[in-house]
Amino acid sequence: MASKVDMDFEGLASGHRACAGCGAAIAVRLILKGTGKNTIIANATGCVEVFTTPYPECAWNVPYVHSLFENTAAVAAGIEAGLKALGKKEGINVVAIAGDGGTADIGLQSLSGMLERGHDVLYIMYDNEAYMNTGIQRSASTPYGATTTTSPAGKVSIGQETRKKFVAEIAAAHHIPYVATASVGYPRDLINKVNKAVNIKGPKFIQVHAPCVPGWNYPESKTVEIARLAVETGLWPIFEMENGVITSVRKIKEKKPVEEYLKAQRRFAHLFKDERGKKVIEEIQKLADENIKRYGLMD
Amino acid sequence: MVKKVLEGSHAVAEAVKLCKPDVISAYPITPQTHIIERLSEFHADGELGNCQFIRVESEHSAMSVCLGASLVGARAYSASTSQGLALMYEVLFNVAGLRQPVVMTTANRALSAPINIWNDWQDAISARDSGWIQLYAENAQEAVDYTIQAFKIAESHDILLPAMVCIDGFVITHTYEVVDIPSQEDVDAFLPKKVPYLPLDPENPIGYGMIGTPEVYEETRYLIQETMEKAKKKIVEVGQEFEKKFGRPQGGLIDTYKLEDAEVAILSMGAILQTMREVVDNLREEGVPVGLIKVKSYRPFPKDEIRKAVEGLKAIAVIDRDISLGHEGALFTDVKSALYGSGERPLVKGYIAALGGRDFPETTVRKIVDDIIKVAKEGKVDKEVEWPDLRREIL
Repeated sequence: MASKVDMDFEGLASGHRACAGCGAAIAVRLILKGTGKNTIIANATGCVEVFTTPYPECAWNVPYVHSLFENTAAVAAGIEAGLKALGKKEGINVVAIAGDGGTADIGLQSLSGMLERGHDVLYIMYDNEAYMNTGIQRSASTPYGATTTTSPAGKVSIGQETRKKFVAEIAAAHHIPYVATASVGYPRDLINKVNKAVNIKGPKFIQVHAPCVPGWNYPESKTVEIARLAVETGLWPIFEMENGVITSVRKIKEKKPVEEYLKAQRRFAHLFKDERGKKVIEEIQKLADENIKRYGLMD
Repeated sequence: MVKKVLEGSHAVAEAVKLCKPDVISAYPITPQTHIIERLSEFHADGELGNCQFIRVESEHSAMSVCLGASLVGARAYSASTSQGLALMYEVLFNVAGLRQPVVMTTANRALSAPINIWNDWQDAISARDSGWIQLYAENAQEAVDYTIQAFKIAESHDILLPAMVCIDGFVITHTYEVVDIPSQEDVDAFLPKKVPYLPLDPENPIGYGMIGTPEVYEETRYLIQETMEKAKKKIVEVGQEFEKKFGRPQGGLIDTYKLEDAEVAILSMGAILQTMREVVDNLREEGVPVGLIKVKSYRPFPKDEIRKAVEGLKAIAVIDRDISLGHEGALFTDVKSALYGSGERPLVKGYIAALGGRDFPETTVRKIVDDIIKVAKEGKVDKEVEWPDLRREIL
């Protein structure tokens, strides 16, 4: 009983409280078109949970549970195990949705446990690269050089001083059948990957790059444009890994310099002010080039 | 019913098996391990039916798996203790708040530091405000019987709260006793398959875990508290039903022993009651008017039952194997607060003893009884809390 893409299915009802231009809201709406309605969602504490569930309202048109911050993978595993035990798993997709804080930081252990144990669960990390819900604090997924409220750029700081932890690669190290990255800049690709994932048995992981208007500090009309710039510069590689092997990549037709991506967002504005910033931009360019090489993003 | 000589942990595992859980999820920690090892053996031999046994990477995940399973209508079980229970702490509140009737065994153990794998109640006591029903077993038989009752109490649609059966680590988990193991047929009749209440189901999508703003949060607490009050009645009813089915008076909120003509009483929970009972028997032969009060349900707390039980007593000694650091033993506080609103009440004195697995011999109990008799005679409590087995020489 394969799940089909259902473009008419609006799993996320309108009227939720997300900011205008919210990348995560776009992601969730698209994800549910990929899963279809026979889906149970486990959602971590975070922006998506907050803007979709102010009691007594609930924006989800599929069964939904929010438990805690770091246990989303385990709750999803329990849902899957319960359905299996009751003979009800067939035809139901169990999908965990969590942000980068809930995945790369506090939920990493529970994610690893779920992946290792082989649950038939799709875990989707919407990556807006900081703790946006609590006011833009840095996470392990915040990119090098970005200013956040806990990694502020200052006289002796360039902003985030460490490199973005790449959870997709960590997920792949669990020898799971399907790992993919996607971006809200490429909706059809995201929907198709979600649909492909839910039709594969076993643990699946998708990391979706999801720009955040207040956190990245850009005009709300630019979400898709900025998401695409991340891909076109090589900073956000889009690929699929099946059983540990890269099986597809989104090629970059015309490589853009990282400055184009960085200058579009105020979180990197401090890098354009002085010589120190210039050096950081050079480092970020190196990271993009490394991605292009590592994932074969250019022919 | 079959009488077997069983290790307490194995007896609990037998009871869990009889309850036919759909999902078991646990993480190993001493002294809980023998329970989940035996359940693993049952699972490996195909004796647990379609039960999914999820060996997780932490206790936090163990309880989270139970939560997810319960939300889709499965009967879920876990077991833990001490540090593990502490790691679960956040999830305990969440499970209760989401009104999921998960059942777990807590093999009571002290909390670190210093690290100590032995028995006291600090772990479960520290989770007392989480919204879990807490039942304390005196022996392996009670551990078995309370486990079966716990599922029935928790899953009742007028309760829908998680329940914890507390059994003293090592003292109950690792000792052998003669235990009556009920037949599958009888347990099936007593505890039918779980009837899910509003499960997660794509045919009827509903949401769990919404944000409770200041306009609604307090009411969620009130409703759990109201249900805890209802649970007192339910615990008694289920105990009576259990007795009818299995022929053992097992259940209820409290028990009393040789209290009728007593002037003083000693009050506590768990396995130390066995020693206390012995001492009461011996002292009675010596003509000392002492009785025993056993608290079986710690949450909900049997306030009215305790008030009634102490009527006519001059003084009671409350023995805690825990301490609310900065105050006193938790059971002592609870007993005193239960009696505060009643008219004539006995003097109450607290004793903190047998922490971190320290032996609790008859001599300690006698010391406590001697002291409480002195309190009764003098008609006043000069020192509210004693540590009768404290080794002052190593302080």
